[in-house]
Amino acid sequence: MSKQVNLTIDNQAVTAAEGALIVDAAKKVGINIPVFCYHPKLEPAGMCRMCLVEIGRPVIDRATGAPVMEGGKPKLQFGPKLETSCTTPVSEGMVVITNSEKVKAARKDVVEFLLTSHPLDCPVCDKGGECPLQNLTLAHGPATSRFLFNEKNHNAKHVPLGDLIYLDRERCIQCGRCVRFQEKIAGDPVIGFYNRGRQMEIVTFSEPGFDSYFSGNTTDICPVGALTSADFRFGARPWEMKATASICTHCAVGCNLAFNVRREVGGKNGSPSKGGIVIKRALPRQNEAVNELWICDKGRFAYQYSESPTRLATPLVRKDGELTPASWDVALEYAAEGLLGESKPGQAKDLLVIGSGRLANEDLFTLRKLAEGAGGQAALYSQSGGGDLLAQVGAAPGTNLASLGKGSVILVVASDLHEEAPIWFLRVKQAAERGATLIVAAGRPTRLDRYAKYVIRYAYGEEAQIVAALGDSPRRAELVEAAKPAAAAKPAAAAKLVEAAKPAAAAKTVEAAKPAAAARLVEAAEAFGKAENALVFFGSDGLGQSGAQSVAQACAQLLAATRHVGRPNNGLIPVWGRANEQGGWELGLKAANLQTALQASTTAYIVAADPYGDDPSLPAPSFLVVQELFLTETARRADVVFPAQAFTERDGSFTSGERRVQRYYPATPALADCRPDYAISAELGQHLGLKLEGRSAAAIFAQIATEIPAYKGLTYRRLAETTNATAIGAAKDPRDAEERRCADLYYSGAGYENTQGLGVQLPLQTLSPALSKPAAAPAAQLSKTGLLAVPVTQLYDLGQTVLPSALLRQRIGEAWVGVNPADAAEAGIEAGAAPAAIVQVVLPGKPEWRAAARIDERTPRGVLLIPRSMGLPLNAPLPGASIRPVVRRDSQEAASQQPA
Amino acid sequence: MPDVLRGVKIAATAVREVARGLNMTFRSMFEKPVTISYPEEKRPVRARFRGRHDLNRYENGLEKCIGCALCAAACPADAIFVEAGENTDEQRFSPGERYARVYEINMLRCIFCGYCEDACPTEAIVLGDNYELSFTDRRNAIYTKEMLLKPVPAGGQPTPQTTPPGVYTRSVPAMNNPSD
Ligand code: SF4
Ligand code: SF4
Ligand code: SF4
Ligand code: SF4
Ligand code: FES
Repeated sequence: MSKQVNLTIDNQAVTAAEGALIVDAAKKVGINIPVFCYHPKLEPAGMCRMCLVEIGRPVIDRATGAPVMEGGKPKLQFGPKLETSCTTPVSEGMVVITNSEKVKAARKDVVEFLLTSHPLDCPVCDKGGECPLQNLTLAHGPATSRFLFNEKNHNAKHVPLGDLIYLDRERCIQCGRCVRFQEKIAGDPVIGFYNRGRQMEIVTFSEPGFDSYFSGNTTDICPVGALTSADFRFGARPWEMKATASICTHCAVGCNLAFNVRREVGGKNGSPSKGGIVIKRALPRQNEAVNELWICDKGRFAYQYSESPTRLATPLVRKDGELTPASWDVALEYAAEGLLGESKPGQAKDLLVIGSGRLANEDLFTLRKLAEGAGGQAALYSQSGGGDLLAQVGAAPGTNLASLGKGSVILVVASDLHEEAPIWFLRVKQAAERGATLIVAAGRPTRLDRYAKYVIRYAYGEEAQIVAALGDSPRRAELVEAAKPAAAAKPAAAAKLVEAAKPAAAAKTVEAAKPAAAARLVEAAEAFGKAENALVFFGSDGLGQSGAQSVAQACAQLLAATRHVGRPNNGLIPVWGRANEQGGWELGLKAANLQTALQASTTAYIVAADPYGDDPSLPAPSFLVVQELFLTETARRADVVFPAQAFTERDGSFTSGERRVQRYYPATPALADCRPDYAISAELGQHLGLKLEGRSAAAIFAQIATEIPAYKGLTYRRLAETTNATAIGAAKDPRDAEERRCADLYYSGAGYENTQGLGVQLPLQTLSPALSKPAAAPAAQLSKTGLLAVPVTQLYDLGQTVLPSALLRQRIGEAWVGVNPADAAEAGIEAGAAPAAIVQVVLPGKPEWRAAARIDERTPRGVLLIPRSMGLPLNAPLPGASIRPVVRRDSQEAASQQPA
Repeated sequence: MPDVLRGVKIAATAVREVARGLNMTFRSMFEKPVTISYPEEKRPVRARFRGRHDLNRYENGLEKCIGCALCAAACPADAIFVEAGENTDEQRFSPGERYARVYEINMLRCIFCGYCEDACPTEAIVLGDNYELSFTDRRNAIYTKEMLLKPVPAGGQPTPQTTPPGVYTRSVPAMNNPSD
């Protein structure tokens, strides 16, 4: 524990950690110093002067170093002026006065100043009702102003900073929270101040405007209504809405959300709501171990898919070759008959059940039970692999990225965290800034490189070997040997390029720097071995199922060999593509090779996945049952389609990549005739002659808790527990109205409090001895003919859960392919053209695909980067690709308008 | 004797009281009646009478209501429902950025307290003179924005209007120094 100092605030004795700010120390004992620009998650800036207090410090005798005593008490010296409590750290013997007349007068004047040009907007302002400026004006401000009304500054009131965020210049009080958030927390300094004094205004200097995945958070922390989100602008008044706890379904982080809902007549997005409950906005819900106070824009805006008018509303059954609406009874009956075929009840032998990580634990468990009961096989729809290892080497309970700093190492392998899991990007970046050693191993430059101590470049296909080299010193020695100039001719070694992080020029002089680069790998390996704590993230950048499996295996062995397993803040964290893939693995579903699995089965039951959309060449079963939200490509091929409820309409639980089980609650009533996934599966099971629990998610979870060892002892109630310790500044009791009000002053938003559950991390199994022995990493098997096409992830893609969001759709952009300039030149494609040249991507065995070429050095030589879910189905690296230039865009557009 | 005397006294009182009552009756028979023949005939309401609401317009026809829902917040009977929308210069309903896309008052809930009028920052909602509120169906008691809006004044335009950019930027009319 750090050194504690004693001080007095308003005659109360306070003990605070050395270095703590007065404003936080005061909050601990329930004294709320009003603030505007200070935010507990940001560096203090001292911009608004609202937090002025009187500070007295004991007079120290220079000769003896002891405090001067006066009448038995230390003599105090008060500064001639008030000081800002948000920038002043506590010190021993300090006396702080926060409620003297002098302080009150200062606050009054600060508010008066802030209001000189503030518009009379409260009635129409989105912040009105949860606005710190309103609250603090009422509490501390003057009732009148001495300024002339007609000298008010009038500024632009409708400034779209980008597609997602709007600025009202008049309302801005120049606190700089948004600018500091973007610069320090998001690492995306795309907005800033322009001009000075009363002319100071927020501007964006990115193209497109406010180009950041974290932009929505600025609307939450803005202490006034200057920044509003396109989603919520004028949507509702804060007091009219109710908050429901939920969990983001878009990646493995599992950010805690709160949905604000209210009754509406005309729903937005053309949604069918007529007087029903609709979601008005999604806000982050504080969970210091998961997402702190932040969420990314995908989590904030993509929920709109759940209220899309294109949702399936009734069961469909194939009649005379057409999918026609049917009743549930008919559809279930028909599906059961089709699945059973000739076999007797309970014996749908060749049944393949596929579920995806979009489903809750309860759904996946029911699916597995159904498959097992019917004698079929259950598979997890995933492009990644290696999840079976996580029960042993996953993040241990108590792991919290926020507690990693000096002495810790974070290794990120094969993942562009910024695209795959934005909040993990943000937290890993912060850990690195706190002093944790960040090692980034990737096939191409990623955004995280900037914060890394060691950047390790590998050729795609050699991920597992690089990881193995980090843990295995003989192999490292071999590497160093290979990198020596004399041995540089070895082609295998030449691929193992390791470059130093900071000097950017190093990339250009890779050949010359190779020995140094190999030495870096050795250094990184040593740092990893010696670290007190080590976390490893592995993603799916350029990996398919088998690639991910071997990377996971190598990571697990590395962690086991360096004894970074089973302790808090140690272990392996998978960057899955969907929220609950981890749950699927925990509950016994495994990622399968769908090509062979579908070949081997005659019937299939596919839930919340679109395999035929992702790969139209998959073999078709003779009878197909699909359970979905939308009429996907897979659903179109089905014999029976069941409409499922979206996650906003039901309850359930997810298991995050950190193995945290978290619960979500229904926010809106179910659409039309839709039913929850677990209930449909259970009923289908009953029609197949099985006995499955399907009455409620809670009942299924109780079953999971008894049958699955990792979930033993968990109950919905435990998942819903919260502790006060997570509140910043340790609010005494967040349910207390006074505390809530003060939380509001700090964070300025309604959805931050977490009163509905922090979730529980699953315990680890003991390590199997097999993992402790270093196994030989598989050699790279990728053939070297042609270009190597590798799948990469982009946050906003054409996926089913992104497209229906009108706001995000405009941010997706066109399909692109990453090409190295040298490869582009070889193919005769002009670099630097604007608009970007369109190229034809030819992959063996895949349909032809056109995309805009992104030609730059960020794509390694000999590689094509293909974004996932952007039109070209590519689930694993594929050699033998080539590109061809096609006619320029304008003529191509004209061509595409002609009927094909 | 006392019995006889008492009988006479009672009879006299009875006669007197009946005469007094009949006097009142006959007098009022010739008085001007206080009742009026509603609905043919209607009495003017008092100056501060609170009847059915009106939604006001500015002289140019723009709606005064900016969809702020403060009336709904103030309403003790939870009778008002507001849903806001966003104005553009091509489709402008009210000055500023916000307007009431949906505005409904449930007259069965309303207790005619006038709090909504007090809460309104633009004097858009006012309680008017109309007290003729009777319904044969509950649903008819919900007055929509179209029913509540005053007609467009002479010389004004109906909403939505197309307006020149940069003119109607403020929702609440610019405030003058209150001490002026
Ligand atoms: S920012 Fe706050 S004070 Fe300013 S107009 Fe909006 S609600 Fe009112
Ligand atoms: S826009 Fe909001 S957060 Fe940014 S400086 Fe202005 S008041 Fe502060
Ligand atoms: S008069 Fe009173 S009860 Fe009626 S709508 Fe207005 S505020 Fe509500
Ligand atoms: S009537 Fe007045 S108070 Fe009610 S929404 Fe309209 S402007 Fe606001
Ligand atoms: S100066 Fe301290 S909160 Fe703004």
